[in-house]
Amino acid sequence: MNPPQAASNLALTRPRKSLADYAEAALPKIVLGPTLIVALIFIYGFIVWTGWLSFTESRLLPRYELAGVVQYINLFANERWWTALKNLAIFGGLFIFCCLALGLLLAILLDQRIRAEGFLRSIYLYPMALSFIVTGTAWKWILNPGLGIQNLVRQWGFESFTFEWIVTPGMSIYTVVIAGAWQSSGFVMALFLAGLRGIDDSIIKAAQVDGAGPVRIYASIVIPSLRPVFFSSLIILAHIAIKSFDLVMALTGGGPGFSSDLPATFMYTFAFNRNQIGLGAASAMMMLATVMAIIVPMIYSETRRHRRG
Amino acid sequence: MAERLERTQSAGTQLIGRVIVYGLLIAFALYYLMPLFVMITTSVKTLAEIRTGNLLSLPSTITMEPWVKAWGSACTGVDCTGLKGNFMNSVSFVVPAVIISTLIGAFNGYVLTMWRFKGSDLMFSLLLVGCFIPFQVVLLPMAQTLGSLGIANSITGLIFVHVVYGLAFTTLFFRNFYVSVPAELTKAARIDGAGFFTIFFRIILPLSPPIIVVCVIWQFTQIWNDFLFGVVFSSGQRQPITVALNNLVNTSTGVKEYNVDMAAAIIAGLPTLLVYIVAGKYFLRGLTAGAVKG
Repeated sequence: MNPPQAASNLALTRPRKSLADYAEAALPKIVLGPTLIVALIFIYGFIVWTGWLSFTESRLLPRYELAGVVQYINLFANERWWTALKNLAIFGGLFIFCCLALGLLLAILLDQRIRAEGFLRSIYLYPMALSFIVTGTAWKWILNPGLGIQNLVRQWGFESFTFEWIVTPGMSIYTVVIAGAWQSSGFVMALFLAGLRGIDDSIIKAAQVDGAGPVRIYASIVIPSLRPVFFSSLIILAHIAIKSFDLVMALTGGGPGFSSDLPATFMYTFAFNRNQIGLGAASAMMMLATVMAIIVPMIYSETRRHRRG
Repeated sequence: MAERLERTQSAGTQLIGRVIVYGLLIAFALYYLMPLFVMITTSVKTLAEIRTGNLLSLPSTITMEPWVKAWGSACTGVDCTGLKGNFMNSVSFVVPAVIISTLIGAFNGYVLTMWRFKGSDLMFSLLLVGCFIPFQVVLLPMAQTLGSLGIANSITGLIFVHVVYGLAFTTLFFRNFYVSVPAELTKAARIDGAGFFTIFFRIILPLSPPIIVVCVIWQFTQIWNDFLFGVVFSSGQRQPITVALNNLVNTSTGVKEYNVDMAAAIIAGLPTLLVYIVAGKYFLRGLTAGAVKG
């Protein structure tokens, strides 16, 4: 049935409402349309665009003649990219571990019927409201060897105390872990605390009747039942780690030299400061691939769970 | 849960346990507060005092000079006009970007739950991916596009970018909130002849304040704190405050003025910190909803 005919049929019975009805039926699509177009162009289109650039020899200006995988070969022949990947492994691993450990510990402590729990919780969480640039600036000052912690401890009487990680190649990436964990661990605490509050009390009671002590109960009942929280925290933290850019820029600037580069700072440097658009695009595509390798299985399992439930 | 654990212990071990728990909690609280304390005290010390004192010492005289300088005359690259211009820049793109992305998100969420059509679920999944992509993958095309649209290095350009990449999140927030609104509510209204917009404005919107607050806070924090888009898509006088702060701290000409750095950092962090203090509950809700689901 073609629309004009349908409209005229309807017009016999309800002359004025027919057009409005059509408009009404199309409205949801009209409202959602712009967002769909935006997503298709600016997410998917741009991914394809960047992907295309990564197969060209673009330098200062984008060029679109395909040149094969030369940029990927260059990328993996680039010592600095390997440094960035190694740093991502160090930073990602330690950052995730520290946030999970600190977050779990704080959540368990806060779950002991604490007075002023709300107050303490908001202290642990406030760094999350700050920009990574602000966090980086603050820790850069705290960690600077001349007047920061090193100086403080020396004034306390430990004259030979040295803490110069932030200016030591190979160690500066660990200062990024320190600042990153300070910023994000409170958030993991909040997730764990919500998880702890959701545990069924009757299981605990049963274990107590069987004579299990508190340590035993935490180790073999409470913590294992927090598995889903571990899982989602892990995903979120991995995601933060891979995208980490601001914190490194503010704290170490990728330095000394390029010893604390991460893939995100590598991409920025090559694409925008060194006029290596092709290489920058290739590194961006590698970042996307890494994120997708983590996220897609999660979305898949999430949607499957929802469908079953 | 914890209360039941304790009943099995004797009074003595219980007391020791309490002391340890509170001790640890307070120690951690001090650890989290330390950087804020250091920032504030450093920002009101004179440079001479910074050099002779230490990180944790209290200022003997309080000077507001660093604050005045950070706000009005510190160098953030070529020009030395402080952060005030950049602060205003941030305000002028954050506010419209938050409002627009929240509005569109509300309508999207409404359609995706109450007016579902064939393909709308697929669309939602397509959009969800936007929450996860590392933005590095869109930077180069976006720089080109903004250039050819004539909005490169402009406030309009930044509003555009933040709205586009914020939509996935705002849609997600509203969709997940509206899913729990009973369908009977809108069905009844539809039978009574209420249309798309009538239902939205008369029924759905009045239910929405909680999620609007969550969404606005989330977007405000994200966009205010953004550095990546700011540093790539703007330069000079147009830069947002995060970029200006980074420039201020990392342009090392002459004497390093740590007190000015710290004052500048607090200025940059203050708006989001205030939001957190005033509406922390909603902040957390957005964080968990945005992160766990997104």
